[in-house]
Amino acid sequence: MSTPGTLKREPAGAPAVADALATPVRRRSPLRRLTARLSSGAAQTLLVVVALVWITPLAGLLFSSLRTEEANASSGWWTALTDPAQLSLDHYTALLADSGILRSLVNTVLISVPATFLVVAVAALAGYAFAWLEFPGRDALFLLVVALLVVPVQIGLLPVAKLFGTLGLFGTIPGVVLFHVAYGLPFAVFLLRNYFAEIPKEMLEAARMDGGGEWRIFARLVLPLGRPALASLAIFQFLWVWNDMLVALLFANTSTQPLTVALQSEMRQFGSNIGVLAPGAFLSLVVPVLVFFAFQRHFVQGVMAGSVK
Amino acid sequence: MTATPAPTAPGAAQRRRRAQRRKRLVAWVFVLPAALLLGALVVYPVLFSVGRSLFDATGTRFVGVGNYTEMFRDPATLRAVRNSTLWVVVAPVLLTGLGLVLAVLTEKIRWATAFKLLLFLPMAVSFLAAGIIFRLAYEHDPDKGVLNAAVTAVHDTFREPAPYPTARAREGHALRAGPGGAYVTASPASPGEAVTLGFVGVAPGELPGGAEPAEPATARGDALGGVAYLDFAPGGGGTEGAVDAGESGLPGMAVEAVAPDGTVAGRTTTAADGSFAFGGLPPGTYTLRLPGENFAEPYQGVSWLGPALVTPAIIGAYVWIWTGFAMVLIGAGLATLPRDTLEAARIDGANEWQVFRRITVPLLAPVLTVVFVTMVINVMKVFDLVYIIAPGPVQPDATVLATQMWLVSFGGGNDQGLGSALAVLLLVLVVPAMVFNVRRFRRSQS
Repeated sequence: MSTPGTLKREPAGAPAVADALATPVRRRSPLRRLTARLSSGAAQTLLVVVALVWITPLAGLLFSSLRTEEANASSGWWTALTDPAQLSLDHYTALLADSGILRSLVNTVLISVPATFLVVAVAALAGYAFAWLEFPGRDALFLLVVALLVVPVQIGLLPVAKLFGTLGLFGTIPGVVLFHVAYGLPFAVFLLRNYFAEIPKEMLEAARMDGGGEWRIFARLVLPLGRPALASLAIFQFLWVWNDMLVALLFANTSTQPLTVALQSEMRQFGSNIGVLAPGAFLSLVVPVLVFFAFQRHFVQGVMAGSVK
Repeated sequence: MTATPAPTAPGAAQRRRRAQRRKRLVAWVFVLPAALLLGALVVYPVLFSVGRSLFDATGTRFVGVGNYTEMFRDPATLRAVRNSTLWVVVAPVLLTGLGLVLAVLTEKIRWATAFKLLLFLPMAVSFLAAGIIFRLAYEHDPDKGVLNAAVTAVHDTFREPAPYPTARAREGHALRAGPGGAYVTASPASPGEAVTLGFVGVAPGELPGGAEPAEPATARGDALGGVAYLDFAPGGGGTEGAVDAGESGLPGMAVEAVAPDGTVAGRTTTAADGSFAFGGLPPGTYTLRLPGENFAEPYQGVSWLGPALVTPAIIGAYVWIWTGFAMVLIGAGLATLPRDTLEAARIDGANEWQVFRRITVPLLAPVLTVVFVTMVINVMKVFDLVYIIAPGPVQPDATVLATQMWLVSFGGGNDQGLGSALAVLLLVLVVPAMVFNVRRFRRSQS
């Protein structure tokens, strides 16, 4: 069983969490077939209902984002199912012509890409050191990392805001990135250290015998072997930062704010701003959802492993 | 440690020491970036917050645990503590239960992969987008909010909506307002008489289909009768309080005949032309009453984002996001269960419920615990969803520890002493999880 915070190496043969997405094949005894079929009929119906319940709010967002202001003010989005004439891309063209929204979309990219890259890089270095290098205080330091796994970001808001204020980082994109990197690190280091620790010792020793320096071993051996964990970590971290609102709400200003914060500031007049909020929300979720469908396996593993964060 | 026998020992030892030092140096270089970031932005803030929480708002006066006692005195923060407790009690149980049931059910269907993908999808969506999604879904107006549209549709299939929510009696004529939104006749009537009940305030388009023009009320034998009609002639003209040509009857209106002692002696509904009659009433005088149910406002659904339901409503949105996670994790555990044990129980005659209750759940206990604990930790820190979904005026009713910490520190409260204390409280609440993680890690290493 995989528990949060652990990520099994795939070649080990243990069932990875993502395998749960595949339906297990079972054989039933003939005696049971009838009752099984009946109960599966009930299960089918129930799950169809659940699936509809889950999809309806998303459909609501999509349709609301495609309907005119007047249509949204006077009737429900579901009327568009029978009257598709209500639908248009007007809100989207207006949104993409809005320089403030575009700026915030660029900011989202400028924050989430470096934050992801830095977490993976810094954690990979530390993870390798914790797994395979010897230095005084190593075990105590790693226990500290384990303890920091569940520290809520709230504890850092005030002190780091003061610190960034004196360093001139408050309101800047590097400030937001650094905060995300720091609070992503405990989980990242923990994950990678555990993954790297399962690399067979003989492989590393052979590489050292061949005269490879630690840098060389790290770059040529550890990173390629660790690719599944690095990918899951990168996807989890990217998603976390892309979707963040709280950190940027405090550490960014109006010219450095990401899309989530820009949209949040429109929430006050929710009713009259649906024309901005609905397509904006859809725009903000398109990228994570594409990542989800493109990297299902790494995505599920990353989210599973990082869920304790 | 191996002894070095060679005569060149001092040189070799020195070289080894130097190599050792170099190795340590390399190790520190590997760890340094992470250590610096964690030290400056995580460890130092924890210590700073603990210290800051012992000072007052300005940060100059030491107040000891004053901020912590204030937390449970101040009504706003107390509210946050209560709401957070509700979150922690309800959400993890709901999610674990729902995840378990769905994980078991998906084993019975062929499209399990598609189903799991769909339910896991909200995990990719930001809390902000989910918040906007649910602000739309929870919209109060049943013509806009999908949830209230569903609720009113269900409600109206079980209880017919009132036929004339906008109708009022023509003033100064047969009817006067009674209790409970009802109308009663101003003067009593006896069997054999006919009354004329004029109404206004119904737009022609709102008349029920099948409404026919009204006939002036005429007595029919010894029945107490009359007509309920719309006292408005299209195109103008006509006399107030009298049935004119072209004026429509009001069908489907409930009419009660009330005896002087207050008992209801008869009840009927008006016909297509608005006429009605009570046959076989005992002699005497009766007041005619048109109960309030004729004129009740249409059912408007549930006020999801009102002060009373806002927290459960936000928990609902949270469940939408996290159920897929719980289901997939529990499903992974389910896949590792020994099939033989389950089959054996079934062959021994256990039904599906018994198998589920006696075998599946106990065997899954470790996974269920992990899911539950994970959800407790996550729920305690919930911020964005509450901040986004609760409308401004309801925000104080929905507030939780994380939003309160934000409000107190940055959102106008500007009391960084109390804010730090709330942040420290959040940290203290996850300390059991911290201890659990450290213990589990040490066990896995030994």
